[in-house]
Amino acid sequence: MTSAPPRTAVEVRLPSRMGYEKVAMSTAASVAKLMGFSPERVEDLKTAIAEACINAIEHGNRFNESLAVDVMLFISPKTLEVRVADNGLGARVIAPPPDIDRKMHGEEPPRGLGMFLIRELVDEVEWVTSSGATGSYVRLVIRLGDPTGNPK
Amino acid sequence: MQTDTKVKVDQAQDAKGDSITILRFSGDISSTSREAVIGTYQSLSPHDHRQIVLDFSKVEYLNSSGIALVIQVLIDAAKAGQKIHISGLTPHFQKVFTMVGITRYAPLFSDETAAGAAF
Repeated sequence: MTSAPPRTAVEVRLPSRMGYEKVAMSTAASVAKLMGFSPERVEDLKTAIAEACINAIEHGNRFNESLAVDVMLFISPKTLEVRVADNGLGARVIAPPPDIDRKMHGEEPPRGLGMFLIRELVDEVEWVTSSGATGSYVRLVIRLGDPTGNPK
Repeated sequence: MQTDTKVKVDQAQDAKGDSITILRFSGDISSTSREAVIGTYQSLSPHDHRQIVLDFSKVEYLNSSGIALVIQVLIDAAKAGQKIHISGLTPHFQKVFTMVGITRYAPLFSDETAAGAAF
């Protein structure tokens, strides 16, 4: 039996105030650069984390500035895992991909792009709903040197 | 923590002598940018501003709420029969705009000169 490789953790606690997602973006970007991710992947990660934090501030903590958004980065040799946690119940419905034609014809609102961007820009994503004792979180993973050659 | 959205409106002409309106955005484009993005667009008469370039070369931060404002401009412009070209996005946001499907309604160009020449 082999044990999992040790993971280094970095944590950032943000107030539930729009704009503070940039603190998580810059922290994650610094970590990803240290790990050797390409500039393109760093940009993907920054956007995905920004959207996860915005969802946590807006939908999870409902802009209640007394509640924090916790961003945890777990560094492994080949992966960076990010958890963005809030005090809400979590995403019980995953939004369908946006349909630009429906938006242009007024059949769906222009907004509602965040979950789609997260899904498209990282290698793995999981929305974990609250179990009652703990809040909810979204877990994002990006991998160094994606063996599938996925151009994400 | 949030930077204001600034918009500068300029006029140019294409090779045929037709007017081009350039909206040069700078700073952040996010949920708080509605007045800067939609308000500035709506201040332009659809009759006098038929060809519009949205230039993002000085934008420091753009998120999904900001992209939704751009989509709202495209919706309004389509209704008014205006043509919109987009310039100055970073390669990352060119990819994001393409993913979302915006390029089906507004082509992307590296800079405003190329965007204006393509009308």
